[in-house]
Amino acid sequence: MTKARVKLQKSDYSEEIEILSNRYILMNGKKYEVSQIKLDIPISGTVYGTLLNYKGTLEALKDEFHHPPYNEPPKGPILYIKPRNTFSSFLNPVPLPKGILELEIGAALGIVISKTATRVKKEHALDYIEGFTIANDISIPHKSVYRPAIRHKARDGFCPVGPWVVSKESISNPDSLGIRVYINGELKQENSTSNLIRSISRLIEDVTDFMTLNSGDVLLVGVPENAPLAKANDQIRIEIDEIGYLENSIIPEEKLSLEGIL
Amino acid sequence: MKRARVAYAGAIHLASEYNGQLRLTDGRIVDEQDVVWLPPVEPRTVFALGLNYADHAKELAFKAPEEPLAFLKGPNTFIGHRGQTRRPADAAYMHYECELAVVIGKRAKNIKKEEALKYVSGYTIANDFAIRDYLENYYRPNLKVKNRDTCTPIGPWLVDAEDIPNPSNLAIRTYVNGKLTQEGNTKDMIFSIADLIEYFSSFMTLSPGDIILTGTPEGLADTAVGDEITTEIEGIGKLISTIVGDDLFTSGQESSHLKIHLNGRN
Repeated sequence: MTKARVKLQKSDYSEEIEILSNRYILMNGKKYEVSQIKLDIPISGTVYGTLLNYKGTLEALKDEFHHPPYNEPPKGPILYIKPRNTFSSFLNPVPLPKGILELEIGAALGIVISKTATRVKKEHALDYIEGFTIANDISIPHKSVYRPAIRHKARDGFCPVGPWVVSKESISNPDSLGIRVYINGELKQENSTSNLIRSISRLIEDVTDFMTLNSGDVLLVGVPENAPLAKANDQIRIEIDEIGYLENSIIPEEKLSLEGIL
Repeated sequence: MKRARVAYAGAIHLASEYNGQLRLTDGRIVDEQDVVWLPPVEPRTVFALGLNYADHAKELAFKAPEEPLAFLKGPNTFIGHRGQTRRPADAAYMHYECELAVVIGKRAKNIKKEEALKYVSGYTIANDFAIRDYLENYYRPNLKVKNRDTCTPIGPWLVDAEDIPNPSNLAIRTYVNGKLTQEGNTKDMIFSIADLIEYFSSFMTLSPGDIILTGTPEGLADTAVGDEITTEIEGIGKLISTIVGDDLFTSGQESSHLKIHLNGRN
């Protein structure tokens, strides 16, 4: 039985649920079809992303490590922030900025923090985790990772999160979860958190060594190599084992502004 | 008006400046030494600029950027006026950066620079400390350098925008233990406040409570445990923080070890 927490769009509170299948949940003793309920983003804090945390992403860059501008391989965890304007919920359209043809789909497992975490050792990392969710860490494709990429990664609606937070007790091993990306129903990417360079507990240790994570914050473990590209009107589905799927479509921003969504 | 957020006598208050003292919203007049200063705005999305003064870019041996070099900061890094900033024992070069902080007052999307200052609610001072030892060339400068707990003092006051008619001509100074070490003027920014609001709002929506730290002029210097760093901006105020060492943060752990040790003896 999978226990999770959802936030409904018109409620101030989260609801505890049981996930019966990808289609049905049990909430307050009643069975609902997921597509019939309006889900809000289930998290409240700061979302931090991790760069180059899949072995394949590091491998893809290895010929460049010893040349400018990088000069040497990364040592510490490389982080970035997905600010609040990027947050979006399950089934909400992702705006495709004017003049941009394709977006990079960043399938990321999100670690949801349960309590103030400062200088946490990896042995204790699990004590600070509420559960796990799915994020689509969208970027405008950019090759260089030398300078921070706000213009590429911090656009409105560029971080759908959801559909829910699955409690850590319901996840057998977060360091071994299959991740799949489908575009218009076609499988475009497949990977697993078993390919992380820093495992979940190690990442929490290395990050909280210098910055505190608070209750409600989310640490994205990274985006696998060969992130698929999506274009206008594509339907994106990110699946993570034992959590579920996050679905959003890409819609040109001009169209969304006319509909009053932006 | 100059506004602050402070803790006093068991509660958090909004306050304003009153003849060199603080007037809490409940009417009490208190001395500025008797309050705990909090960041004057609860930060939402916080942008910080790198290399936004030509002299500073040159000092760091970079050519001036053609597009603003910006990164984001999380809420963990901010502390109020008269706070403590932690210097890790292994750091060889930790420097201050006095910066004009621009607080956004209303939702802003696709704003042209001619209109941009209308979206500013006020100004404050930030000290954007950096530990250069931890610089790496990936999304540089990264969070280990720029988003450390306690490493971004901000305050003391949020000064209303209407009281700063020309934010692009303000003297900036930093003093280490009272000695002037950094001096510049906001007129030397490569990308002005209006440019930055136009730039960010061209690709994302800015909201009230968002803050832009606009970069620092030349004059960096290393700081040591015990130093008192004063960052000052003309018309805005003086923001003070004290550098403290790891020992303050680990003493709790040491005493528990000691206790175990003593218990073992008994």
